[in-house]
Amino acid sequence: MAKVLMKGNEAIALAAIKAGCRYYFGYPITPQTELLEYMASELPKVGGVFVQAESEVAAINMVYGAAAAGGRVMTTTSSPGYALMQEGISYIAAAETPCVIVNISRGGPGLGNIQPAQSDYFQNTRGGGSGDYRLLIFAPASLQETVDLVQESFTLAQKYRMVVLISADGMLGQMMEPVDIKEVDSPEDEEKQWALTATEGKRPPRAIYSLYLDPVELEKANERLQANYEKVSKLEERYELLQMDDAQLVIVTYGSVSRIVKSAISLLAGEGIKVGLIRPISLWPFPKKAFEQIPDSAKGLLTVELSRGQMVDDVRIAAKGALPVHFYGRCGGMIPSPREIADEVKRILRGDKS
Amino acid sequence: MTVLFEKTSGLTDEPTIYCPGCSHGIIQRLVAEVLDELGLMDSTIGVAAVGCSVLSYNYFNCDMLGAAHGRAPASATGIKRVHPGKMVFTYQGDGDLASIGTAEIIHAAVRGEKITAIFVNNAIYGMTGGQMAPTTLLGQKTSTSPDGRKAESAGMPIRMCEMLATLEGAAFVERVAVNTPAHIRSAKQAIRQAFKTQQAGQGFSIVEVLSSCPTNWKLTPVAAMQWVEDQMIPYYPLKNFRTPGEAR
Ligand SMILES: Cc1ncc(C[n+]2csc(CCOP(=O)(O)OP(=O)(O)O)c2C)c(N)n1
Ligand code: SF4
Repeated sequence: MAKVLMKGNEAIALAAIKAGCRYYFGYPITPQTELLEYMASELPKVGGVFVQAESEVAAINMVYGAAAAGGRVMTTTSSPGYALMQEGISYIAAAETPCVIVNISRGGPGLGNIQPAQSDYFQNTRGGGSGDYRLLIFAPASLQETVDLVQESFTLAQKYRMVVLISADGMLGQMMEPVDIKEVDSPEDEEKQWALTATEGKRPPRAIYSLYLDPVELEKANERLQANYEKVSKLEERYELLQMDDAQLVIVTYGSVSRIVKSAISLLAGEGIKVGLIRPISLWPFPKKAFEQIPDSAKGLLTVELSRGQMVDDVRIAAKGALPVHFYGRCGGMIPSPREIADEVKRILRGDKS
Repeated sequence: MTVLFEKTSGLTDEPTIYCPGCSHGIIQRLVAEVLDELGLMDSTIGVAAVGCSVLSYNYFNCDMLGAAHGRAPASATGIKRVHPGKMVFTYQGDGDLASIGTAEIIHAAVRGEKITAIFVNNAIYGMTGGQMAPTTLLGQKTSTSPDGRKAESAGMPIRMCEMLATLEGAAFVERVAVNTPAHIRSAKQAIRQAFKTQQAGQGFSIVEVLSSCPTNWKLTPVAAMQWVEDQMIPYYPLKNFRTPGEAR
């Protein structure tokens, strides 16, 4: 397909359909509603199923059923709706049933507003459901990267039998950019040896559940999950590096705001100040490897987020105390300008701020 | 030797965890017998809810999913939409279906979801040790209504069938009991009709089964069956509320 100009939410929906997604369950919430609407009109045209659930609680539990039944399934939502899905996500993770979730996050806490914000980093990466579980999480920064990652997510969800979460915000959901959405051969026909399809008298019954009354068994189940997460964390760390050579400071930033940070870095370069960039693309696994590339010239790290400081915790862990970690963030839908970020960098380099 | 009676092949050999005198065992046997007799067991996917029947995914001889508390109708919806040609049922208690899961059961019925809900009403939360359920009778003592349920603070017990029968999508709605052999026969008949409703694609079907919980009612098994007759049936009348094709 040639490049077409599309709105983020609609591009995500089309990318999912072209990746073979045939089951969608969702509930309206701004700023992701166009995604739901696109699915409602387009999924039935390819023989897919769209159901508007009565709540996000129901939507995620429908996803659980469809995933357990072997369907290529997705749901999408925004922050407060994602909060309601947490219990279901824990069940899906425990049952090792693959699905894709998109959280087009907005300003919080509470009802907050519908402006772009990244204050769901904790909710996305730490989760709110019970138990030791992880999601594979990608945070794209452009629409092309978003549609590519959405499509790959379906493959990875099946491969690792894991929930894959696309973490984006209202800026990506609402913006328009040219995208090239590929037609993916979906391995839908592959016989899933674990899925609930009814026995048809050909095999013993299967059960998918997350209850293990015996502590020995539950610990074993957890060990199985952790072994999978360990494999994923070895293989799926993703990040982008920019201008690391001789950088005086390295900015760590992700998603939509990283675009503004890149402009700030160019501004600073024009003033003779060398600033590098680490942009985590996978939020879990957090790309610790990227931090091994920080040059000796760097005096510190600056984390920029559209929140009051959430990813910065992971940056501190990854930096292992080797360098001071600064933070700059706006929230509530306020977006920093490149100048604002450049000024912050200069303040840090002058030593005005520690 | 002639075999006069044997366990249905719709159930596995797994021993159940139910207390003596508990009706869960009778109800799940009826479900398994019906599916077996209709020749549908091999094309069925069941959804176990959270409650004393939580382990029923080990008891039914078909593919089974263990759902979150109250969410079985949503998960069953997901399964049915992927496999519209298979039989899909939920097996839920009254705390599960009539309290935490009210939204999910109502909207499954609203959508006319082609699934069958087996709703086990024992007027109490069994698994968590006998707390008040929305179905607990007025004056009934439970660990969270120690002086008996009072209408002023807890309202009146909920009649799910009467409520669900107001929905167009609910094609088959019937309340039955399993406290006497005659009631067990009618219960089996209703369960059979519910699955046939699903098989014919006529819409949502539900069978509410009045069930005993001698352990938490603090009654003997025999007295518990009598309690169903004397206390529950007068408030929860045994009745068909909806049958496909019949005038409403
Ligand atoms: C979200 C959530 N809340 C509470 C519980 C605890 N819990 C387990 S079973 C149950 C009630 C079960 O009662 P009922 O549905 O009437 O079934 P019964 O045990 O009587 O068969 C509760 C509250 C839970 N597992 N999950
Ligand atoms: S506690 Fe009640 S509902 Fe649960 S198994 Fe025992 S008798 Fe049955």
